[in-house]
Amino acid sequence: MTTAPERAIEQRDALGEPSDPYPQGQVGRPVLRYGGGDRTSGAQRFVADLRFPGSLQVALVTVPVGCADVLGIDTTAARAVPGVVDVVTAADLPSPMPRFGVSHTDRPVLADGRVNYHGEPVAAVVAKTLDAAQAAARAVRVDHRELPGVYTLDDALAPGAHRVQEPSLRPGHALADTNVLEEAHYAWGDLEAEEARTEVVVEETYTFPMVTHFPIEPGGTVAVPTDSGGLDVYSPVQHPYLLQRTLASVLGLPLNQVRVFAPDPGGGFGGKQNPKLEPLLAFLALRTRRTCRLVLSLEETFQSMRRAGCRIAARTGFTADGALTFHHVDADFLIGAYADVAPRVMGKGSYVAAGPYRIPGVRIDARAVMTNTTPSTAFRGFGSPQVSWALESQLDAGARRLGLDGLEIRRRNLVAKGEAFVRGESAAAADGEWHQSLEKAAELIGWGTPLPPGRGRGIAVGIKPGATSGLSQSLVRLLADGSAIVYAGTSDMGQGARTLWQQIVADELGAPLDQVSVVSGDTGTVPFDLQTSASRSTVFMGSAVLEACRDVRQRVLALYAESTGVPPEELEERPGVLVTPEGELPLPEAARTALGSLRGEFIGQGTRRLRGKGKHPLGGDAAFYEFNATAIEVEVDRETGELLLTRHVTVSDVGTELNPLQVVSQDEGAAIMGLGHSQMEQLLLDEHGRIRNLGALDYRIPTFKDVPVELVSAAVENHDGPGPYGSKGISEGALLCTAGALGAAVADAAGVVIRDLPLTPERVWAAIQAAEAAQ
Amino acid sequence: MTSTARVPDHLDDDGLQTVTLTVNGSERTVAVPTHRTLLDGLRDEVGLPGTKSCCAEGECGACTVLLDGKSVNSCLVLCVEAEGHQVTTVEGLSDDGLTDLQEEFLNAGAVQCGFCIPGQVVSAEYLLRTNPEPDEVQIREALSGNLCRCAGYQRIVRAVQATAARRSER
Ligand code: FES
Ligand code: FES
Repeated sequence: MTTAPERAIEQRDALGEPSDPYPQGQVGRPVLRYGGGDRTSGAQRFVADLRFPGSLQVALVTVPVGCADVLGIDTTAARAVPGVVDVVTAADLPSPMPRFGVSHTDRPVLADGRVNYHGEPVAAVVAKTLDAAQAAARAVRVDHRELPGVYTLDDALAPGAHRVQEPSLRPGHALADTNVLEEAHYAWGDLEAEEARTEVVVEETYTFPMVTHFPIEPGGTVAVPTDSGGLDVYSPVQHPYLLQRTLASVLGLPLNQVRVFAPDPGGGFGGKQNPKLEPLLAFLALRTRRTCRLVLSLEETFQSMRRAGCRIAARTGFTADGALTFHHVDADFLIGAYADVAPRVMGKGSYVAAGPYRIPGVRIDARAVMTNTTPSTAFRGFGSPQVSWALESQLDAGARRLGLDGLEIRRRNLVAKGEAFVRGESAAAADGEWHQSLEKAAELIGWGTPLPPGRGRGIAVGIKPGATSGLSQSLVRLLADGSAIVYAGTSDMGQGARTLWQQIVADELGAPLDQVSVVSGDTGTVPFDLQTSASRSTVFMGSAVLEACRDVRQRVLALYAESTGVPPEELEERPGVLVTPEGELPLPEAARTALGSLRGEFIGQGTRRLRGKGKHPLGGDAAFYEFNATAIEVEVDRETGELLLTRHVTVSDVGTELNPLQVVSQDEGAAIMGLGHSQMEQLLLDEHGRIRNLGALDYRIPTFKDVPVELVSAAVENHDGPGPYGSKGISEGALLCTAGALGAAVADAAGVVIRDLPLTPERVWAAIQAAEAAQ
Repeated sequence: MTSTARVPDHLDDDGLQTVTLTVNGSERTVAVPTHRTLLDGLRDEVGLPGTKSCCAEGECGACTVLLDGKSVNSCLVLCVEAEGHQVTTVEGLSDDGLTDLQEEFLNAGAVQCGFCIPGQVVSAEYLLRTNPEPDEVQIREALSGNLCRCAGYQRIVRAVQATAARRSER
């Protein structure tokens, strides 16, 4: 019987040529997940599993509306609860209130006189037990006056609307007096001239819901004051070094006094990138001089992270033979009460609002619109799924008008490798053979073959810019016995980064796989890594690890020459070996000889730096693009509106699969997550700005039963990525265009076009009813 | 469980109730407030944090354990209700090393962030004990109460199938 990884490989082989840069090596093999044993046995320690004897528990105090002035806070009753150590309000924190944020320094440590979204803490209770903390939190009296908060795009953009942000936070900014936080504009070509030669114009408006990350690990923070006046902070954060910098800055401490331990996140998906409640915990720990611990409930997690909703009005032109002539987009991103990274989501998402297509005339106007809602943040796809939903639907609408099918219209417009799809000052060209993914997806879905009645197919493509600047540093220690330790600051939140470092080091230094260990998640011992986001780690940290291995080999060569007297120019280092005049020596052996009886070790350092470009609207050219083609076959139940996905194919352009098993896991996971926002997920607010479906009971994410009957993940490998061995990032591709493919499949199956996500049974049913009534 | 719940007849001075239960084969006695869930009791009092907490309302399956051999969401059971009962957590599925099922989870690439995995493993183990040769539909049905946001669902189904095949060969 074959093992599962062997079968995964066979599956992959049957779908295309797998690559293998080192046929004997570990790279390219389905190596099992580093740390996987602990993750299945229950031994893995997430932040809530760490024990801090004597620690104090924290509970947050909120008000039951989305927007309010805080008139007074009475903590008397709360302080009287046995076990309560401290009750902290804005008045107890430095004045002016310290603020933080990655794009705007706008987020207060605690609400400062004004609650801007439902769930924003106005006070925190610190107590000896969680029961006491929670009881005291309920006993805090917050006298507040509800304000006419803005919860929708229309509310926020209406004349005279309540302003979410204090204008003083954006002094001198032209938009400071509006709810528009930032705008982005991209344009090229002559739209009027293009329209003049256009045969068919499609003009429609699309909406994409607010959705929440719903990591199964809600997360939390523990802050431990140190004897030297600093802090150790434990948080399952994707960017430990950003958290370190943020805390140092709000506390006025040097970086070395803030040590961030980042236990592996139990799912991040972007939601655990940026600091949220950690600064509050830091202040509590410094005030009480005690360890303070806060573990979030799932409801609190919903209130601390979400994806920006979006409304996109699009006008798109086609020639009679289906060539795109122009595309004009107005995209309003519904962001939250604080900026977080939302302006960048808007700017980067809308940058690719014209997709991977050859369009001579384009105009994109996008806005990040603040509302009194949970601050939206990075979420797998980073703005691309929103704009892709509109664009892919527009392509299918054009195709239907022209009598073309979804595959053909994409064939005619998709750019070839090297061809520009963004033109003008900040141009970008295709960095992959993207047609291959499209064709492979079509082939694997059986495009064009007959279907039973009630079934339909759709196909769509999506792109997302990778990181536009970055810095990853790594250390690799080759120890005297040939084993190795890698220090790499990437957060391993499920993508399996550490497995790749292990594979790379095993091949590059000739160490057995199980003798390579990886240290991460501690800013006190592991060198700097800018962030774990944008599917960058394979490319950035992977390159840094690769370079650190080369550095180790060069040091082995130099010391070997010194120890043995062989002139260095007669030696050569290669992956896994030192070539000597007598022949190839396995690197561990050469290292042993070089180190001699004193032993010791070799320490290699690697850095991968991508400097941004000052003038580029994204801050620089993307290091790579994630490209994906998705094809879906669906059966629509006309009586209930329910969708049965009979086949779902995702094909990602991955450069090189360093670990096919992990590629498949990530790709399938992204595909199903994409089905979440396409089919069922949406945060619903009431008139007070409260999330109505707050929690797992009412907010549905895909389960085992929602997985398509057949789910096929395939890859295109041309070894054309900038990462090690020609790799690219791959973790987001499969959800970029899920919605477009599903929408097209539903239209094909049921003859109804729906422009609002998610495609719930109610919506599909209503559309079918409306279509039947119209006949 | 509710039917077998015992109303505590006395509380100690701190309002705590003494509960004796068998966890992974060993008898354990803990003192907990009566509202404490079995999930929190296992994690905080018994000291077995392998069982995870997410929704705390019976919707995600992260907290799945076996209670007298039957899978339950431990966030929906009060610790005091477990008095005198047998609890098996993920830590207790094997005495040493990984079980065949856990190995197949790894082999299939089913483990991403890992947070849902203890619950998945316990639910899948329960399924295989009650239905040694489940088909794919039965696997999906049996595990539908266990959410995985990394969405390794198809990988988990493969892992369960591979384990069933391995066990049938024995
Ligand atoms: S934590 Fe028990 S079911 Fe979610
Ligand atoms: S592995 Fe991450 S939630 Fe299941």
